[in-house]
Amino acid sequence: MTVNPFPRFTAFVRVACVGLALLAGAAVQAQFRVDVAGIGLNQLPIAVSAFRGEDAAPQKIAAIVQADLERSGQFRAVDAAGVALDELTRPDVAVWRQKGADSLVSGSVARLADGRYDVRFRLWDVVRGQDLGGQSYAVTQGDLRLAAHRIADFVYEKLTGEKGAFSTRIAYVTKAGPRYQLWVADADGENAQSALASPEPIISPAWSPNGAQLAYVSFESRKPVVYSHDVATGKRRLIANFKGSNSAPAWSPDGRTLAVTLSRDGGSQLFAIDAAGGEPRRLAQSSSIDTEPVYSPDGKLIYFVSDRGGAPQIYKMPASGGSAERVTFTSSYNISPAVSPDGRWLAYISRVNGAFKLHLMELAGGAVTVLTDSAADESPSFAPNSRLIVYATQQQGREVLMTTTLDGKIKARLSGQGGNIREPDWGPFQK
Amino acid sequence: MKKLFLVLCTAALMAGCGSAVKLDNVPVEDKSGTNTSQSGAQGDGSAVGKSGVTSVDVGKSTQQAAMPAGARIVYFDYDSFIIKPEFQSVIETQARFIKADRTRKVAIEGHTDERGGREYNLALGQKRAEAVRGALGLLGVSDAQMEAVSFGKEKPAVLGSDEAAMAKNRRAEISYR
Repeated sequence: MTVNPFPRFTAFVRVACVGLALLAGAAVQAQFRVDVAGIGLNQLPIAVSAFRGEDAAPQKIAAIVQADLERSGQFRAVDAAGVALDELTRPDVAVWRQKGADSLVSGSVARLADGRYDVRFRLWDVVRGQDLGGQSYAVTQGDLRLAAHRIADFVYEKLTGEKGAFSTRIAYVTKAGPRYQLWVADADGENAQSALASPEPIISPAWSPNGAQLAYVSFESRKPVVYSHDVATGKRRLIANFKGSNSAPAWSPDGRTLAVTLSRDGGSQLFAIDAAGGEPRRLAQSSSIDTEPVYSPDGKLIYFVSDRGGAPQIYKMPASGGSAERVTFTSSYNISPAVSPDGRWLAYISRVNGAFKLHLMELAGGAVTVLTDSAADESPSFAPNSRLIVYATQQQGREVLMTTTLDGKIKARLSGQGGNIREPDWGPFQK
Repeated sequence: MKKLFLVLCTAALMAGCGSAVKLDNVPVEDKSGTNTSQSGAQGDGSAVGKSGVTSVDVGKSTQQAAMPAGARIVYFDYDSFIIKPEFQSVIETQARFIKADRTRKVAIEGHTDERGGREYNLALGQKRAEAVRGALGLLGVSDAQMEAVSFGKEKPAVLGSDEAAMAKNRRAEISYR
């Protein structure tokens, strides 16, 4: 499917120069540190009014929905303060038009007798005065944020025609003092749950295509070893623990195979291993470094990094191995390829004048754009709807995670655990 | 139960076996919430469900074995894997010690400075480790006693981003296991 990455909302075209789109702080909890910045064109102006009853609920649903929509870069929040609404109220369209909104989300949160929460909402087109639908969710307290992300997904899909990726999960690693932890968090970085804690480094988490397993490299035995970890049960399996270093796991799209980098025969070389276990099959043979394999979404190609030409560059080859073709040419240091799930884009890190910056290549034409002006970007990973990239970078000497739109215009820092946050991997759509 | 897992896990790792090994079960805790689909009067009800995450703590890493006195670290220039002449004596001393006891096992741990990606640095550190392994091999150390591994940029010896700190981090350590 070919998707226009920067759709023009023809029904709503608004060439707005909104300046810094900062999240209004009033309704936002103290720990809710979403920080959206950038100038976006053609953003849909949307009002998300406070949900009736959310003051008494542990999560402020409207603020979560609004932050999700803003982070996507496709929406601009219109101040909805001071108007009491819920999903049953028919809004006064003139009032919202006056505020500059094209659409409005209203809803309610109520505690049920069994302790769960009933979350309801309705989406309005206030230009046409049209009800665009609503939903209700009965959820445990722990799933209130998930309900909010589902609402954002509903709104995103109704108004952009594309699937939202807010109710997905991101894995990342923190380092706090001598302690390393692998976390599974909501796509906004919140609600993090620890999957693994270790006194030794953890790198390169990679979600299995079904979102049940995380493969990663753990140094807990004082060498890099690849594990696959069932996040729900905590059950771990060794994928690669050969003599030497074992690293850079990547799942094939069917989930049956993992590509890994092994040094067991000398040098860092690419192999494929059945996810169920077994003997590794060599994918390429070189006297140089070959690492960081990733499968194309159709499973036919593997993109990887090699210094066979004298400096690290990204190459591609058939997934079963074979002759490689160079993909990146600008800069003498291009690493960490990530292919978008729609197959159109290649995100990677390129060194430019000593600074490591996130770059994006349109695979069809080869055109490259720089997405950041930071200096220590790492580990890009696409949202499952191919519309955002999460990556690691540094701000004021701290390691942080950022998301960016594919045009680089809207960036948001993800909140999360204290300490340094790194190695993000964006999981698939949840079933 | 968790301790048992840790022991089994450590045992499996120390066995150093090559094929994928299925580890024994860790405690399983179902943290998933009960989610019910609800058809509200004004909604086309939809279930919200999420699986929980069970945490695993792998605890302390293994102990280091006895080792000889003297330097065990070889430092490298930026983007280089060449063992400089001043480190030849380090290699020779360590080679003699390793050869003196055929049961001795060493890991040669390659490291890089902080610049660049984690996985690519892991591969660079591997080249340094293998360079030292090769030099030890030339002096008669058996391959069976050596393992070249890399920590990439994950375990800097010195914190800091100046050249002095980074020079201390571009290294291969001979570690007795």
